[in-house]
Amino acid sequence: MEKIIKNGMVYDPLNNIDGDKMDICIRDGQVVDSVSDKAEVIDASGKIVMAGGVDPHTHIAGAKVNVGRMYRPEDSKKDVETNFGGRRAGSGFSVPSTFMTGYRYAQMGYTTAMEAAMPPLLARHTHEEFHDMPIIDHAAFPLFGNNWFVMKYIKEGNLDKCAAYAAWLLRVTKGYAIKIVNPAGTEAWAWGGNVHGINDPVPYFDVTGAEIIKGLAEVNEMLGLPHAIHLHCNDLGHPGNYETTIASFDVPKDITPTPKYGNRDKILYATHVQFHCYGGTNWRDFVSEAPKVADYVNKNDHIVIDVGQVTLDETTTMTADGPMEYDLHSLNGLKWANCDVEMETGSGVVPFIYAARAPVPAAQWGVGMELFLHTKDASKVCLTTDSPNAGPFTRYPRVIAWLMSNQYRMNMIENELHKWAQTKTTVATLDREYSLYEIAQVTRATAAKVLGLSDTKGHLGAGADADIAVYDFNPETQDQSAEYMAIEKAFGNASYVLKDGEIVVVDGAMTNPDIYGRTYWINTHGKPEAEEAVKADVDKWFKQYYSVNLENYPVQDEYIPKSVPLIEE
Amino acid sequence: MAEIILTPKSQPQVPIEADTITPDAIAGKSIDEIKNIELWFGNKKALLSDFFDVDGESSENASEIKIIFDGDVYNTKRIGQGMTTGEIVVKGNASMYAGAEMKGGKITVEGDAGPWAGRDMEGGELTIMGNAGDYIGSAYRGDWRGMSGGLLTVYGDVGNEIAEFMLGGKMVIKGNVNIMPGVHMNGGTLIIEGNVKARTGGEMKGGTIVVKGVIGEFLPGFEFLGVEKDVDIEGEVIEGNFFKFKGDLATKGAGGIIYAATAGNGHIAP
Repeated sequence: MEKIIKNGMVYDPLNNIDGDKMDICIRDGQVVDSVSDKAEVIDASGKIVMAGGVDPHTHIAGAKVNVGRMYRPEDSKKDVETNFGGRRAGSGFSVPSTFMTGYRYAQMGYTTAMEAAMPPLLARHTHEEFHDMPIIDHAAFPLFGNNWFVMKYIKEGNLDKCAAYAAWLLRVTKGYAIKIVNPAGTEAWAWGGNVHGINDPVPYFDVTGAEIIKGLAEVNEMLGLPHAIHLHCNDLGHPGNYETTIASFDVPKDITPTPKYGNRDKILYATHVQFHCYGGTNWRDFVSEAPKVADYVNKNDHIVIDVGQVTLDETTTMTADGPMEYDLHSLNGLKWANCDVEMETGSGVVPFIYAARAPVPAAQWGVGMELFLHTKDASKVCLTTDSPNAGPFTRYPRVIAWLMSNQYRMNMIENELHKWAQTKTTVATLDREYSLYEIAQVTRATAAKVLGLSDTKGHLGAGADADIAVYDFNPETQDQSAEYMAIEKAFGNASYVLKDGEIVVVDGAMTNPDIYGRTYWINTHGKPEAEEAVKADVDKWFKQYYSVNLENYPVQDEYIPKSVPLIEE
Repeated sequence: MAEIILTPKSQPQVPIEADTITPDAIAGKSIDEIKNIELWFGNKKALLSDFFDVDGESSENASEIKIIFDGDVYNTKRIGQGMTTGEIVVKGNASMYAGAEMKGGKITVEGDAGPWAGRDMEGGELTIMGNAGDYIGSAYRGDWRGMSGGLLTVYGDVGNEIAEFMLGGKMVIKGNVNIMPGVHMNGGTLIIEGNVKARTGGEMKGGTIVVKGVIGEFLPGFEFLGVEKDVDIEGEVIEGNFFKFKGDLATKGAGGIIYAATAGNGHIAP
């Protein structure tokens, strides 16, 4: 089965291709150098061609996502998909149902999305939801930052056991990366408290956030995992937190990346950094410190960030940062769900309205834009909304248009946003506009590389998976600054989307909803003697503390129809 | 007024969703075009003419259109949902969601209405001559923002949890009410002329509830403020003597007011 995408303007940063007019050849689901003249022709004249989008941080499957769906029927009615054309019916604006999640990503030209927080105990549920999510390749990041075993081994200073445990957990939950959320803080929340920086010790285990970050970063390289440690810093959303953020970034700085799979050259992936760039001591004297945080990123080469751009919508916040969600509920008075996941993590869910005319959301919008615009190198930043926390992923086209058009941003700042966007941040003074090359970096290339998947994802060179998006915007005839609505429309309704060489979207509409993506997971081991010792601890603690039997814990192969294990030894 | 008369052929066992039958939707349409309006019927689409004979004439201007359901449409849901102008009369019973999300115009149901009538209503007038079900003038499931404007009147009895999360507008119930009227109420006015079984204004934070009849069981979270005669509610004077309460103090910052007629309510006086 051969196809050729002809005459498109190709943006492929991993291969240094910047808008060149060229053909992309496809055979058997992969990009190849040439095809025969029998190949099916897709005409991309006057259009943009990029690799399929890669979302490195989103919340689309698992326990708290499902809580969000269940307890927000009022969100469901805002976006409804009926079941014609072979598609499944579905609903949900900020937390869409599983099938709709796949469709909505595909319609934007995204073909890979990572569930960035999986409670290990609920891994089966997470994979069950992936099972019902069409099109997108995916993986899930188990939560390690408040895990009892991890804290115990780090306290004992036994990183071999910590690594063996991490390998075991990734294996049995079919997980992909080490996720750390509010290290030490979520465990403190189980005792009714929180930590307020990386040097506060967690109750009982008496280890600090800094020790957890450092330990897990070392474990990450001992195991040679494809992705960097994925860190959600302490003190999310609190004025004055930027110092903690920069201190956290500095913790693993001197470690050397040694991935056994992929081409990652970074140690740390810091997520939704927009929420971690606040100065001042309270919301009155609050001021954006995004320029300082971006400056740190500019000067250091061990880090990639994603932004968590606020999109100014009514949405649903959900995170394993339980104490933060309780604070949010106390602040806005809306309903709150809280979940304790035994010895592994916890979470909370709260609806939130980011109103453009309200001071704090307007400033948060500005902080996110500042991070994008002050970070000089687009290979160090990823576009996310921490979906659905700062806004649903369906707003990515709008964020792209904001980045590409100073006029769009100024229009927002002058006419729609509270003046805090101007007075508390520097966003109104920035006139940088992202190029399409940089957009391809922040939506594809950067994420693919830091995830360790850049052999097959995020680019269009020979050997890449034929996940390709064609967008109807012509940079030769259209002005990105003035025609920002055309950008938003083009990136929201791709002309063509191919998944593994099959056409799945034409002109923004799903044409082939029955294709399902791969599950990437890590199949590796720690040192044999450490594995034995860890197994004894796991047996003992399961008997003592867990509500399920150890035998009920692992995710079996049957849950993963398109299994892609990495680092098999 | 241009009248469009819809005579029901027979009501199917699976409900009809009639949110596409409003003066806004039929303005400027010919009779044939009206017959071909699509409506959902279970998980299938049907045509308006599959269930109704259509007669009369339409108008270019929605505000001059009166739609008459000439008979019992007990299994037709969402009559007048989201309408902004014009008039709808139902000469019989209506099913769930009559006048839901209504923004303007007028709806009269001459028989009974099902649950959720006037759900999330923002304006206009909804009158139900018979009884109505649960959740009249309430918020959609899960939402914390209910009826915000308009006038909703029920001449008969109603069910549970009416005016849930009410924010504004006025609701008048001439008959009796079951449990929890005005639960989570944040604004607006609820006047109950009959009796309430129990739990009036549970967790209310704002707005006013007047009960002229007997409140069976009263919640403990209300502070007694005294007795008032002939209370003035947004310009309308309601005659009689009333116990005045503020609450529900079970929630933070609560400032809702309940007036309960002194006659018959001696058991809830402090």
